[in-house]
Amino acid sequence: MDMKKTKILRLTGTYFVIAIMAVVIIYPIIWVFGASLTPGTSLSTFSIIPKNPTWEHYKHIFDTDKSLYLVWYWNTLKVCIISMVASVITISLMAYSFSRYRFVGRKNGLQAFLILQMIPNFAALIAIFVLANVTGLVNTHLGLILIYIGGAIPMNTWLMKGYLDSIPKELDESARMDGAGHFRIFWQIVMPLAKPMIAVVAVFSFITPFTDFILAKVLLRQPEQYTLAVGLYELVARQYGSEFTLFAAGSILIAIPIAILFLSLQKYFVSGLTAGGIKG
Amino acid sequence: MNNVYQSNHRKIAAILSVIPGFGQFYNRQLLKGTLFFIVAVSFLVAFWDFIDIGIWGIVTLGEQVPRDNSIFLMVYGIISIILLLLAAIFMFINLRDAYKNGQKRDMGQQLNTISGQYRNLIDSGFPYLMLTPGFFLMLFVVILPIIFVLLLAFTNYDLYHTWPAQLSDWVGIDNFANLFTLDVWRETFISVFAWTVIWTFGATTLQIALGIFLAILVNQKDLKGKAIIRTLLILPWAVPAFVSILIFSGMFNESFGAINTVIMDALGIDAIPWMTEALWTRIALIMIQTWLGFPFIFVMVTGVLQAIPNELYEAATVDGASAMQKFKQITFPLIMFSIAPILITQYTFNFNNFNVIYLFNSGGPAMPGQNAGGSDILISWIYNLTMTTQQYGMAAAITMIMSAIVIIIAIWQFRRTRSFQEEDMM
Repeated sequence: MDMKKTKILRLTGTYFVIAIMAVVIIYPIIWVFGASLTPGTSLSTFSIIPKNPTWEHYKHIFDTDKSLYLVWYWNTLKVCIISMVASVITISLMAYSFSRYRFVGRKNGLQAFLILQMIPNFAALIAIFVLANVTGLVNTHLGLILIYIGGAIPMNTWLMKGYLDSIPKELDESARMDGAGHFRIFWQIVMPLAKPMIAVVAVFSFITPFTDFILAKVLLRQPEQYTLAVGLYELVARQYGSEFTLFAAGSILIAIPIAILFLSLQKYFVSGLTAGGIKG
Repeated sequence: MNNVYQSNHRKIAAILSVIPGFGQFYNRQLLKGTLFFIVAVSFLVAFWDFIDIGIWGIVTLGEQVPRDNSIFLMVYGIISIILLLLAAIFMFINLRDAYKNGQKRDMGQQLNTISGQYRNLIDSGFPYLMLTPGFFLMLFVVILPIIFVLLLAFTNYDLYHTWPAQLSDWVGIDNFANLFTLDVWRETFISVFAWTVIWTFGATTLQIALGIFLAILVNQKDLKGKAIIRTLLILPWAVPAFVSILIFSGMFNESFGAINTVIMDALGIDAIPWMTEALWTRIALIMIQTWLGFPFIFVMVTGVLQAIPNELYEAATVDGASAMQKFKQITFPLIMFSIAPILITQYTFNFNNFNVIYLFNSGGPAMPGQNAGGSDILISWIYNLTMTTQQYGMAAAITMIMSAIVIIIAIWQFRRTRSFQEEDMM
């Protein structure tokens, strides 16, 4: 009888804590959704369920004459996808040669990567700002993409090299016996086996630019060039949040697709992370 | 094996190789020699003037305005030094090749034929070929900027020493000295640094504690609806952080934000100056970071908990252990053992978590007698020094101090983990 009582007490307590967490997690989301439906630009007449809900802000941000939101969305996707593809290619090539070949400078190269990976990317913030001005890469997406790729290389090369090391070398050797060339072994034997790790690296090198704010803010000056992070910040920062309802609509349209994508891919890169954690 | 050389071809070839290609000519490898020679000549033709200006520029940082732009000259100088290093590597390869082939001749061995040389080049060159694109990218977008910041910390480059009106100069360790001797800098540095430490430990520890607590709570065997609870609890991680932070900065807004107008109102508490008083901004920031950061720990710890074999707990129950003892003796040590490296990265992550500080309140509110805002941590202070007040030299000096801290912690952490010690990993 006593056992049962403590069990009920324990479970009720647990559900109570989880209910509080649920409110804390969901309240901001509902609040922003309410704000996005509030008419006008100010929230002075705000209530969580708006009296006269309106979709005008969603219409506004989809209207390319009035709002640059779609341009920002497009810029972000462009920068992220190009960075992702280019990072995956460079990283696979580098990780493969570090994993499979023994050459002069290999060990130094790996050590250099280990150290470079520790240096936080902001360390170069001032330099990136000044150098971009010197080279004329300010306000271009090219500059941003190059920095994202360069920044992704050290850590992800280690991650990928660790995975490639676990693919048996006998496979390459038997292929070499059969007359396969260097590139063919890389492309047709090893890469297909490394798909899970390629996926992890791809997700990382997509998400990092997507969520980056500081580098994009430093490099991009014209509203037409902004990524979502910078664009949304400017919407809120401009005139003390007087465009908050517009921002609310914009953030809903980012949060929902990304959250869905994240939740459906979660299983894969969590396993990648844990594997990296055990190794690293 | 005892090498008895019959001749001195290796030495002669190496000496002749001081002019790239000539050692190879001496070894009668005409094609290779020509290649080396052409590369060397084109390097000299293409870069001689550039390197000349670059080296002069990095030493003097320019002599007269408006002809010389100190910062451009510094960048040219760094690139010149990188080019010289590449040339040194090329020279080394060239000498080594001539010496090796000379040695083969000394020992009476046959040298490779042209097709043999070609195959040899492909085999030993393939890894380098694969590394080249990444290497050059790293050189120019990672290494060059780092060297630049290192050098910048020793110059007086700021708003008043800018082209075209003024030159910048080398000032030795003046920036570092000013940081610790001038009152306004010292006080700002100390207060920003102190808050950075409190922020790092406060926010990170809270998010870790909450993550572990919830993971254990949800992992109870008789709890129903685990899948949906877990999905709910990782939602804050699924929404991009910059979006959540901006939403919170709206919720904490003093005139229309829900925290003051709805929640505090309902609790009967007067409106709190979240954005205008440093203490409240800091409290809000720590709460927000806890909200943002706990799901990651939650997911990691859940993974660990699911891997703990049940027998451990059963054996403990048989021995009459209480729930508290089981947690202290089994659960907690196992969690700490598996996720300790991840926890340390969480601390370094928050140490330079620019996004939450800047997006929430731009590092504000403004503080009297300081040139940093009340919630500025080192990284956001550096950002303001660079972008707003343009004190580049000073910002670079602070960057160096801060990077040193992060790197020391990182090295300490890596020394403790296995990958650093495993021979085969390298």
